[in-house]
Amino acid sequence: MSDIHCMTLTEIASKLQAREVSVEYVVQSCLDRIQSTEPKVKALLSVQAEVALEQARAMDEAGPDPDKPLWGVPLVLKDLLTTKNAPTTCGSRILENFVPFYDATAVERLRNAGAVLLGKANMDEFAMGSSTENSAFQRTTNPWDIDRVPGGSSGGSGATVAACQCYGALGTDTGGSIRTPASFCGIVGLKPTYGRVSRFGLVAYGSSLDQMGPMTRSVEDSARILQAIAGHDPKDSTSVDVEVPDYLAGLGRSDLKGVTIGMPEEYWGEGLAPEVEKACRAAIAKAEELGAATVPVKLSYTDYAIATYYIIAMAEASSNLSRFDGVRYGYRNKEADELVDMYTRSRTEGFGDEVQRRIIMGTYVLSSGYYDAYYRKAAQVRRLIREDFDKAFTQCDLIAGPVCPTTAFRIGEKADPLQMYLIDIFTISLNLAGLPGMSLPVGLGESSQMPVGLQLMGLAFSEPGMLSVADALERALPPMPVPEM
Amino acid sequence: MKISPEEVAKVAKLARLDLSDDKIELFSGQLDDILNYMDKLGELDTSEVEPLFSPVEHTTVLRADETRKDYSRDEVLSNAPEQDGQFFIVPRIV
Repeated sequence: MSDIHCMTLTEIASKLQAREVSVEYVVQSCLDRIQSTEPKVKALLSVQAEVALEQARAMDEAGPDPDKPLWGVPLVLKDLLTTKNAPTTCGSRILENFVPFYDATAVERLRNAGAVLLGKANMDEFAMGSSTENSAFQRTTNPWDIDRVPGGSSGGSGATVAACQCYGALGTDTGGSIRTPASFCGIVGLKPTYGRVSRFGLVAYGSSLDQMGPMTRSVEDSARILQAIAGHDPKDSTSVDVEVPDYLAGLGRSDLKGVTIGMPEEYWGEGLAPEVEKACRAAIAKAEELGAATVPVKLSYTDYAIATYYIIAMAEASSNLSRFDGVRYGYRNKEADELVDMYTRSRTEGFGDEVQRRIIMGTYVLSSGYYDAYYRKAAQVRRLIREDFDKAFTQCDLIAGPVCPTTAFRIGEKADPLQMYLIDIFTISLNLAGLPGMSLPVGLGESSQMPVGLQLMGLAFSEPGMLSVADALERALPPMPVPEM
Repeated sequence: MKISPEEVAKVAKLARLDLSDDKIELFSGQLDDILNYMDKLGELDTSEVEPLFSPVEHTTVLRADETRKDYSRDEVLSNAPEQDGQFFIVPRIV
């Protein structure tokens, strides 16, 4: 069983339940894989090897629990999710020594489902970035080509799954931070509907946009993790009390008859790299072969989405990050002898450049005299963007387009902040509207030989249908290769 | 120019950040580019549009006003840069 670490979560979960492999063996094989690949990938900020092995031995002792669908399965968490008694840095110096005393609700649910949590994944500082180059600690590389970025901000989660260090990871997505790294790393990334998964314990960046979700090597794996983490939580007032459906029930269909896929012209035109367009169109052709119909739809405010998104996200960030003041947790400058000076020096020394830029920008757009021109205006356009989707979904069941205009770019290639923001063009509208979306790997781009992700977008709480279409497409497309490490 | 180095310094101060002159210079150029880009929203007439602040609208979530003890004081103080077992300690305020 030499390739055990590259199995899917679904496969390993079933072997664990059947006691074909022990939890200790599986956990140890992940730890070995981490040891051999991590010097190149640098996906993880911390690994809880001893805790995981101890837990594994205790589980082997007790035997499989059929009520725990993730029993014994090693997973990784983005370091933005709080973990009891384990460091949670958010990729920032300001939280370098922060050890929470509570688990995020989703983390607690994964534990209850039997998962073994191996460690925490690297990320752009406070999830602000699209390449993971903004981490205060290390540069994660793309397992397909170590000179390229893994995407961001959940780049460590994307890379650890693509490098087969674990069987799945949680990421968070404020403007594409699950879907972009999933696309760049050739894995499946799902951003659920806003409110589907509790945000309690997700360190807030843009509270009206943030949502966490699974990053996995198959669609079925994604459904299994979502099943474990979805659901109402009284600790998050924006988590929605809507029944959690069976996400596995719709999987396994052999055709896509009766499914109508909307093709927004704004996503399939100018600015799209030819290799990305070719791979995505081939996947759509495959969907048509399976019986799906395609219709052109319009998302006419797409061109305004980046400006809208960054105003809202930065405004929310400046407010959310005001809590880091060196009083209750996090870094404190010990030389300051007066309170405001202590706040200022702690924040100035603790936050990296991109975070400071966004805080200043957010403070500016919320300040008196600019609030109406920027923040309120953006919130109005946000409604227009959502209405765009509502209209489009009267004509189709799902919308499809590329996740990103290009495949993974080279480390250091996008040094200008605005150029970096522009790559989010196809992912951010969905967060503004609060709708679910996923990245499905559809092959390698013919010129870069890097993975390409097709994005599927749906109505609120339409994850079952979306997963079912993605699963059918995944099985019909040639299997995604695994990067050579 | 939409935002001057002086304005960047002023806003930074409001946000409790103290930037070096070099960084103020760098940021004001970058923030100016970003703000110019954001101006494209001005092309849209939104006078009749109600702002959308969150995808989950019109929700006021209420719960019973009951005290609970979810965490101990030691836990809550455990990450404090300075504390005395009872309180968070900060430098002098005035």
